[in-house]
Amino acid sequence: MEELISFFIENKEFIYVIILSIFLGVEVISNVPAILHTPLMSGANAIHGVVIIGAIIVMGHASPDNILAIGLGFVAVVLGTLNVVGGFVVTNRMLEMFKKKK
Amino acid sequence: MSNFILEISYLLGSISFILGLKMLSHPETARKGNLLAAAGMAIAILATIFFHENEAGEPIGNLIWIFAAIGVGTFAGYLMAMKVKMTAMPQMVSLFNGMGGACAAIISIVEYTSHPSHDIGFLAIAFLGLMIGSVSFSGSMVAYGKLDGKINDWRSNAVRMFNNVLLAGILALIGVGVFSPDMIGEPIVWILLVVSLIYGILFVMPIGGADMPVVISLLNSFTGVAAALGGFLYDNAVMLTGGILVGSAGTILTVLMCQAMNRPLLSVIFGSFGGGGAAGTGEGGEQVVKTISVTDAAILCAYAKRVAIVPGYGLAVAQAQHTCHDFERMLGEKGVEVTYAIHPVAGRMPGHMNVLLAEADVPYPKLLEMEEVNPQLPSTDVVIVVGANDVVNPAAETDPSSPIYGMPIIQVDKAKNVIVMKRSMGKGYAGIANSLFFKDKTRMLFGDAKDTLGKLVSELKQM
Repeated sequence: MEELISFFIENKEFIYVIILSIFLGVEVISNVPAILHTPLMSGANAIHGVVIIGAIIVMGHASPDNILAIGLGFVAVVLGTLNVVGGFVVTNRMLEMFKKKK
Repeated sequence: MSNFILEISYLLGSISFILGLKMLSHPETARKGNLLAAAGMAIAILATIFFHENEAGEPIGNLIWIFAAIGVGTFAGYLMAMKVKMTAMPQMVSLFNGMGGACAAIISIVEYTSHPSHDIGFLAIAFLGLMIGSVSFSGSMVAYGKLDGKINDWRSNAVRMFNNVLLAGILALIGVGVFSPDMIGEPIVWILLVVSLIYGILFVMPIGGADMPVVISLLNSFTGVAAALGGFLYDNAVMLTGGILVGSAGTILTVLMCQAMNRPLLSVIFGSFGGGGAAGTGEGGEQVVKTISVTDAAILCAYAKRVAIVPGYGLAVAQAQHTCHDFERMLGEKGVEVTYAIHPVAGRMPGHMNVLLAEADVPYPKLLEMEEVNPQLPSTDVVIVVGANDVVNPAAETDPSSPIYGMPIIQVDKAKNVIVMKRSMGKGYAGIANSLFFKDKTRMLFGDAKDTLGKLVSELKQM
């Protein structure tokens, strides 16, 4: 119990950020028309590619003789980049289709 | 100073994600929103590479490897995203989502193995991140395989039961790992990885193909949560906000999709879909469908006043959107009023049909949503159903025993004539029989959608 309390106190800013972000996410998305569901999902998919930052940190601070960290980190950075680049490009392609009509 | 630049960049990144998502939910600003979020992402990534320092004040090392990995990922991701056909879009999203999940899982593994710690918060976050990331990865791969037709449905209630037990087991394992870390020791991370991957596979396996968009959206928000847990691990604000935003927005999006199909989320995940379709064919006696020739179909349409086209996944599979647009234009030239009736979940994802038809330059005002179209149907002379099935199945309104009962449908049986283009008498994605095909006013036009529409166009030209 004590550990839980100290965990809460130590991380209270983050806990605030999490709660507020949850409400923000809900608020930002409501009222989206059905036709945009797919592009929106795809765009959100690209945004969670921010995990790549974690992968970069893992790799950047791994000592050169830590093969496991370097190897896995390399894979993680490749996968994260795929998520980010692929996600944004696919979303852009979908939305391009909507653009050119009038 | 470098820390200041890093934090400012993260702030900019977080703001761009929020604004980007906001703009993505309005048709006029959607494209800019996507680009804005991409720019914010680029800033956050570059700032991390050049300005991030660990507690000892060391900058990011192994730069060559990092840039090499980013280079490989960018090249492959760009190529995949540009090459994929519009019809295969949902699979692609699922695949990219899986990549993100795997990335999150790997981070947790490396963090755990290279920083031994007994801190409860650290352990809980690392294990949860590993579990959610792995489930998201293997689940997304199965969803990808299913949508791509590589993996078949495997419906079994025993699997669902087993899944719930497995989930409880995984959570118990995490509990042990967090509160008495020495009991299992380091191997726990690999055990957790394996069982989570298995859970992800079994979680998606029994879910029917028609519910796949909902599952992808759900897994998408899982990956968001996994990314946010990574942010907790590194005290990294932009990972935290970005991840949580996607987690909550993705959850709401999942709920909205379920509403569009009138299916409670819980029954998508825990209930079974399909199977009880025997009631669909009821009414007794031998049921015969009536077919129509291409020529007759062309004449019927050419002399109609009002024609509505109901596109479905069959149109997408046959890549028939361009031919369909030609057909609609020919009819228009003959003075027929043609509209498209788009069901919210036509295709494999909400909005999928709109994207496809937009690709073929169909003017926007011709695309009508279900609520607009249904009141017009009684005064519509001909409805042409192109490769759609479940979204026009009257059983959704009349047969309480049908698995899709309660789903809003396009009421094509109210129109004066119905022409159904199908490849065969096969059932729809939900695997249930469709009584529409046996109605008196329904005529079947068998064949590949693109082929048949092409023939219709040349018939119309000769008239």
